[in-house]
Formats: sequence, C-alpha cells, structure tokens
Amino acid sequence: MTAPTPPRPRSLLDFQGWTPERLNALLNNADTMNQVLDRPVKKVPALQGLTVCTAFFENSTRTRISFELAARRMSADVVSFAAGASSLSKGESLRDTVEVLTAYKVDAFVVRHPASGAAHLVARYSGKPVINAGDGRRAHPTQALLDAYTIRQEYGSLEGKKVAIIGDIRHSRVARSNAELLPKLGAEVVLCGPATLLPADLAALPGVTLTTDPREAVRGAHAVMALRLQQERMNAGYLASLQEYAGRYQVNEALMREAESGAIVLHPGPMNRDLEISSEVADGPRSRILKQVENGQAVRMSVLYHLLVGRD
Amino acid sequence: MTPKATILTADEVRRALTRIAHEIIERNRGAENLALIGIHTRGIPLAHRLAQKLGELEGVEVPTGMLDITLYRDDLSEVAHQPIIRETQVPFDLARRRVVLVDDVLFTGRTVRAALDALIDLGRPASIQLAVLVDRGHRELPIRADYVGKNLPTARAEMVKVKLQETDGVDLVELHDLPEAAQ
Repeated sequence: MTAPTPPRPRSLLDFQGWTPERLNALLNNADTMNQVLDRPVKKVPALQGLTVCTAFFENSTRTRISFELAARRMSADVVSFAAGASSLSKGESLRDTVEVLTAYKVDAFVVRHPASGAAHLVARYSGKPVINAGDGRRAHPTQALLDAYTIRQEYGSLEGKKVAIIGDIRHSRVARSNAELLPKLGAEVVLCGPATLLPADLAALPGVTLTTDPREAVRGAHAVMALRLQQERMNAGYLASLQEYAGRYQVNEALMREAESGAIVLHPGPMNRDLEISSEVADGPRSRILKQVENGQAVRMSVLYHLLVGRD
Repeated sequence: MTPKATILTADEVRRALTRIAHEIIERNRGAENLALIGIHTRGIPLAHRLAQKLGELEGVEVPTGMLDITLYRDDLSEVAHQPIIRETQVPFDLARRRVVLVDDVLFTGRTVRAALDALIDLGRPASIQLAVLVDRGHRELPIRADYVGKNLPTARAEMVKVKLQETDGVDLVELHDLPEAAQ
C-alpha cells in the first residue's frame, strides 16, 4: 500500500512539510518563469484577480522589489505595506493589522519581520497563504530556494554537491534556511565561522557539519557562500576586530583555490566588499551573485504560483 | 479502461494528417512563412509530423515550436494539486509568420483561447490557424478549427483518448466513458 500524499503546504514559512518532490517541482517551474522573464512580454495572467500584500515590518528594498515584481509578472495586484508608515506606529498590534488587511480581501501575504515566528502569526490570523520573506534569525526560505536554484542551474542537480557557507552563521536566517533546504535536495552543507558565531545546535541537522576552519569548509566545495557580516556584532563582542575576521574568513581567491576548480561563489547581499568577500571574487568569473538576484524573481514567481493556484 | 469504440486506427491517423497537410498548403498557397506550434502534450508530436509532411510535399522546412498554456488557463481553481508547468519553446521570430496551432482534441475551446493568449505574448504573427486531430464539440467559446482530422459528435460523459507513437507507443484514437468520479 502506498503512503498517502501529505497535504500541500498552504504557506512557505520554512521547509517543514515541504517534500523534496514538491521542492524540485517548484524549482522546475522556476525554469519556466525564467523563460517568461526572457520574453518581450514579461507577464503572464496566471494570478489575475488575486491580490498579494507585501507586509514589511523591517527594511528590505531588494527582497520587497523582487517579490512585488514577481507578483506583478504573474498579473496579481500588489498592495505594499511598510510598518514605519502604518498604524503600527500608533500602537496597533500585528494581529489587528493583519485582520484589517485580510478584511480588504488580500489573497496572500509576503511577510518580513524582525521577530522570529512573526510569519507564522500572520498565517494564523489571516488564514491566507503566507510567504516568509525573512523572520528574525529563523528563516528566509525564498533566499535559500534561489540559492539552491542557482547551484542547480550550474550543476544540473544538487545531489552530491558540497556547499560551504561562511560568516555569521549565528544571526543568519539565510544560513539556517539553506542548512534545512540543501540537504533535502541531496547536497552536503558545511557551516563555517568564528566559534562565537557558530551555534552548535545546527550540527544536529541532517547533512550539515560545522567547522571554524574556512579551508576545511571550502575544500572540495562546489559552491561557496559568503554571508554579510553585520557590523553591529562587533559591539556585542562576538569578534575581536574586523581586520582579524577578514584575514581569516574572507572569501577571496586564496581561499577559493581550495574549492573545486569550477566552484561558484554566492552572496545573499548586500555585500560588505573586501570584508566578508573580496571584490576580486565578487566581480570575478566564479561569481553568481547577480545571477542569484535574477533567479530570485523567477523562484518567487514559482512560489506564488504554487501557493495560490490549484486545489488539494 | 476498455474503450467503447475505436475512432481512428493508425492508418486513419496517418491519412488524416496527410489530408490536413494538403489543406494547409492549399489554404496558404504553399508552405512559405508557415510555422507549426504544438500545444503540450500531444499537439507537439502532431506538429512535428505535419511539418514532416509539409516538407515532403513542398520541399521546405517548416519550423516547429511547442507551447505550454498552464500559466494562461482560466480555470485555476480546478488545476490539480501540484501545478507542473512545461516548456514553451518557439525558437523563431513569429512576426509576419502564418502560424498553425496544433492540438490533438478540440473540446470546450478553453485550451485554444489560452494558447492564443500565450502565442500573442510571444510575438505578432500575421495570422493564426488551428489544426486538430479530433473535434468532439461542446464548445464554450466562439472558437473553431481550420483543419480537422475527424469530426466526432460526443456526449459530455464521454472521453476522447488520443494515443500517439511518440507519447504512448501506438497511434490510435478511442472513445471511452468518463469515469463516474470525473463527471
């Protein structure tokens, strides 16, 4: 007897409930979305009549633009909500805000919030599909998906690939989401950073190892991802000095020599050039950083399509 | 599932396509500036076969493409479970071309409507014509085919199943009763 198919997740809050089959289908459909973006008419009517609300309680111009363009390319209406200019500043709760927007017949939410778990709350109060566009330190699933897609685009598959992620792992929702996603798709993930920025609990994730040695992390890697060093960490005492950090953990040509010969370099942006990544590498032939940005739109189109179209 | 009738045998499929190829040439006064675009899934091999016949008859190579209409459907709430989008590939300029859209079965007309929208987003052909292997009626939109292999009056509770060598290992058109759950 075959096992019943698990219900399709209604939201993308993290990767819980997302099987490798569904994730691969989503990435396959992103190929088609990329084709749409290459056409003279970069728009399809797939989400016509639906309204997507981008609710950003934390600044992020790039991610918001990527989502809004993705929704518009699919013919959805987009309403944009910025916390600073809203009634939240007058004391309204997140719950009330979400319930008001739901009463306006919004069909889906894209949520960015500084608090971990906020996207779950929006899903509960709205009853609508929610895409987590980054919540606290917890998850940033569409960034991880576009990273996976970019690596897959290079190698055809993630099966058996080694991905090194270097930097402030502790505070990075990107690292956490990648550590959840990439092994589901068959890749091995090595997380690397100074001991103060490397939470041991992540080693419990299947397919994930931790190291403080960047050479060990990069050795034999097919993709190397540098994370943005959030300079406010300096004040919190996590790092001795930026120079020391850059000297040991910067993704540069010397470090990349340890990787596979055709290895690619990723960065979720925005970059601190010549701190966590050298300009030479960021602008070099291995860099897929702008490709990630381009793929982000296609992947987000595919995510919106998966969540808003079809029935169980 | 046992078919209640065989509508076209392999030979009849071949003859129908040959006749359609002749009709395309006659109507377009040759095969210059023509292009064939098959609608996923079985429209694609049919388009390739027609291109081959046009080549044999006219000595010209007619470009072919493939079109997926998933993103253009107007029945989104009825799309199953996991939406799979397939490849659209039209590797030639549509401008000033006479395009023949090719599909296996013409039914409600909604697939063709979606295909027209999809095609027009890719370029501006001089004209668009429609060729189908079977027209089973029950149109919900004012759409008709320019070339029809077989006109087949059917009941709503019936299903026309086209099988082709390229996709099913055999050329055959059958009529089935729709399973009750699908009615």
